Amino acid sequence: MNDDDRVFKALSDPTRRFLLDRLFERDGRTLTELESELEMTRFGVMKHLRILEQAGLVVTRRQGREKLHFLNPVPIRLIHDRWIDKYRERRVSALAELKHELEEGSA
Amino acid sequence: MTTEADTLVSTQVYRVYIKATPQAIWDAITKPEWTERYGYGGRAELDPRPGGTYRGLTSEAMRAVGSPDVAVDGEVIEVDPPHRLVMTWRMVMDEEMAAEGFTRLTYEIGEIEGGVTKLTVIHDLEGAPKLALLLSGGMEDLGAGGGWSWVLSDLKTLLETGAALVPQDGLNQG
Repeated sequence: MNDDDRVFKALSDPTRRFLLDRLFERDGRTLTELESELEMTRFGVMKHLRILEQAGLVVTRRQGREKLHFLNPVPIRLIHDRWIDKYRERRVSALAELKHELEEGSA
Repeated sequence: MTTEADTLVSTQVYRVYIKATPQAIWDAITKPEWTERYGYGGRAELDPRPGGTYRGLTSEAMRAVGSPDVAVDGEVIEVDPPHRLVMTWRMVMDEEMAAEGFTRLTYEIGEIEGGVTKLTVIHDLEGAPKLALLLSGGMEDLGAGGGWSWVLSDLKTLLETGAALVPQDGLNQG
């Protein structure tokens, strides 16, 4: 699995998207805080957070005795910049070609 | 009273894995001939020792539309090339952001592993909500660039392919 696969897989689950949304609202949360917002066992939430961490979407840092979870938007930005933009460019160039062909045709 | 929770909310953490050596990433962050090739495209002036000054200059494209010469100023707090750089960081281009004062920026560059180096940016933005919005990409629609995610995505592309994603005149600085 490459980096993009891990991001799409992580985003494919509603609980994980919910966790990212909570971190978007307020970043730097503990497992206990995140767990309190979900009807799920601590173990279940940990499992989801681990998948998010492996995809690079969550970064953890220790502060004193606590482990804090931060939303890392860079992997999504990378997909946007390198993958989605690619299709947008192709569409633009396809339109440019179509215009060129139509103009050639009418000449 | 500032609670611990307030401090946490104001910290932004960004991480990217780049196929490059720690030294290459260090140079890309600290050397003007590199900083002008990605992100906001301004040259950096950094005196890499504790107490040394940092200035992030505006790009030519930004100055062409009336920006001042200096975008960011600060002071080096900790320096350990090519792995760790901590400095104060204040956006001076915008009056309101300048008034928010100095923030604290940390770059952590890991060891190379399997050809890849981990770069983590930790920006403590306590007391700087407007700057925090800019750096989180919240002002991109206003032509203010996409903040740290955008800069780091561009840096990765530059170091891995030798070319920036965004042509430097493509940044619409108003």
